[in-house]
Formats: sequence, C-alpha cells, structure tokens
Amino acid sequence: MSEACKSGNRRTITGTYDNDDRCVMTLQAITQRLGLSVCWGNDLLHREVTGGYVGDLLSDVIANSKSGHVWMTMQVHVNIVAVAVLKELSAIILVNGRQPAEETLRKAQDEKVPILTSPLPAFELAGRLYALGVGGST
Amino acid sequence: MPRWFKADLHVHTCLSPCADVLMSPRRIVAEVLRHHIDIVAITDHNSVANAVAVAKAAAQSGIVVLPGMEVCTREEVHVLAVFENQEAAQELGSCVYEHLSGVNDPDVFGWQVVANEKDEVERFEDRLLIGATDLSIDEVVDKIRRLNGLAIAAHIDREGFGIIGQLGFIPEKLPLDALEISGHTGDEEAEKRFRNYSRYSFVRNSDAHALGQLGANVTRYFLEEATVEEIRKAIHKLDGRSLEATSACGMSKKD
Repeated sequence: MSEACKSGNRRTITGTYDNDDRCVMTLQAITQRLGLSVCWGNDLLHREVTGGYVGDLLSDVIANSKSGHVWMTMQVHVNIVAVAVLKELSAIILVNGRQPAEETLRKAQDEKVPILTSPLPAFELAGRLYALGVGGST
Repeated sequence: MPRWFKADLHVHTCLSPCADVLMSPRRIVAEVLRHHIDIVAITDHNSVANAVAVAKAAAQSGIVVLPGMEVCTREEVHVLAVFENQEAAQELGSCVYEHLSGVNDPDVFGWQVVANEKDEVERFEDRLLIGATDLSIDEVVDKIRRLNGLAIAAHIDREGFGIIGQLGFIPEKLPLDALEISGHTGDEEAEKRFRNYSRYSFVRNSDAHALGQLGANVTRYFLEEATVEEIRKAIHKLDGRSLEATSACGMSKKD
C-alpha cells in the first residue's frame, strides 16, 4: 500500500484508489459484493486486494501473479496454499463451487491464507471483480 | 545374474483417441521387436482395455508386456500406472472408469478402438478417455501403490498435464516411484531444470502415439528378471539394480 492510498485520496463505494489509480478493496468488501462464502479466514478479511489473477496451472500463477492479488482457481490441491504464501496473495477463491481438500484447508489455516468459495465460474467471477474496479497487473 | 533390459513404459494404442489408429496390438509388437525392446507397458489414457490384447499378441515374442494406464487426475496431472498383472490393472481401470465422465465424440477427439490380439476391432469405447477423472493425485498414487504398481509422473517437462506445470512443484509427501522426462527435453537441460528433484529417479519412455515414435526414448534397467518389482528396485537403486536413461534428441513426439 502506498502512503496516498492509506490516507485515502479518493474513495468510492467499493474501495480506495491508490496513487496509480488502482482500486484497492478489502477482502471483506469483495466477499460481500460478490457473495462469496468464507471457507476459512474470517479474521483476515481486513486484508487489502491490489488486483486479481485467474489460473489453474500453478506454474503460471507462480510466474505471473502479484503480491496482494486475489487468486481465482479450480485447483483444490494443497499446493495452492504454498503458491499463495510464496506469492503473498491476499486470498484464494475457489470457483465453480469447488471445496478445498481437507489437507488444503489445514495448510491454509497453518499458513494464514484465506480460502473463499463461489459457485460462479472463473470468467463470471473475474468479470464481476473487474467491474468493481479491481484490475489485473496493469 | 542381473542383465540389462531395454524398456518403454509409456506406449499408447489405438484406444487412446489421440493415438494413430494403426497402433494396433500386432503392429505394436512387431515394432517393439524391431527395436529390440524387452519390456513394454501399455498405458492408454484412463483405460486398460487394450493391454490384454497386446499381451496376447506378444505371447510368442519374448517381449514382456506390462498392463497399465496414463491416469489424468483431478488436477489434470498425468500419472503413469504400471502393473505386474492384469487383475491389478483392471482394478485401477474400474476405479478410474467410475470417476470419469463424458462421452467421446470421435469426430472431435478421435476413435477409441478396443482391439483383440488379431488386430480386429472388438468395440468402440464411448467414455471420454481424454478427460480428467475426479480423483485427486494423492488418491491415484495411493491406489496404484496399494495395487503394487509403479507410479510415475509423466512428462514432467511439459507444462500441460505435467505435474510441475499443473501443481507448481512436486508435493514432498507424494510417494511417486519416478519422474518421466519426455523426448522434448535433452539430458543436460533436464538435469538443470529438475535439479531440485534429484531424490527421484528419472526415466525416459516414448509416449508413442504412432508406430514411428516407438524405439526412441527408452530406459535400460539392470534387473534379475523383467518384473515390476525388479524395475522398482532399479528405480530405487536397491540390491544392485540400476537404470540408465538417456534422451534420443531430435525425435518429435505427439502428445
């Protein structure tokens, strides 16, 4: 977070804009606006989201997601938690109604990675997130 | 006395929709003989239905045919399963079949021919074999191991369907026997790229989808006899068994 953003130089219903005019929302706001279920991480919803990334190839997510991104994926394998930690992602959203594997949930709790879920497919969810003003890497 | 066996543990037949329809049992056996391969595993996508026919076709040839399959897990990782006997292979086959959905459209994906040992068409498989099962990679590897099969992560150098591409890295606790490097990646590059995984043995197989692809990319195993247990010993470097896998570069492969 930049200084300007912390002080909130511009506010909308959905979030705060930072210096580069990127919308920064909290997980709480996104969860409410997109009707997500919180599988784990209720205490971490104050985290800020700087953008989003969609991907099911974990090698690609490692290569291209950015710190603070919320990550939408179909993958429920425990490795997703490691990727989120490695890339300092704000949260993982499982799409298409997928639920995390047991081990994944345990690991997410250990590593403090919020796991959210949505019945929507990734395209739909990413579109709605974008419409709220949360962008990608540009 | 142990001796060297030349093995190819990843061969498709005309049952795989993406394979050439000429990959019939007799033709495969003839080609395998021509390349002096001693052990061949039949590993179609998500099915073992043609393994028996190839084994029968090879009955008088001296070639050891091991039944197996290339399972596509829920994470869309390809895992090779190789068994000593048909019963174990069939058991995994039934389990995978129950967890596979969709109907094949031959015009889109290709024919899925179940053949007999005389290279005759027995039937067409209509389940969508090219799809993914809804079994996790942990469940698949666990099941293979329980059935005393070999679990090999297929073509780990490929982004699509390779374990590293799909899962970012190889989960430490996953009890895989070995990692397969495809013909796309040479030895030097493989050594550099997969340095972190030196705890595993690397093997090479043809992943042949057409007759012309057989013979390239094989692994030589130093074994007492041509069995799965002996191969496992070689993979895990036990009792003086060993293996030698080197690439045959310049060969193009179809996936």
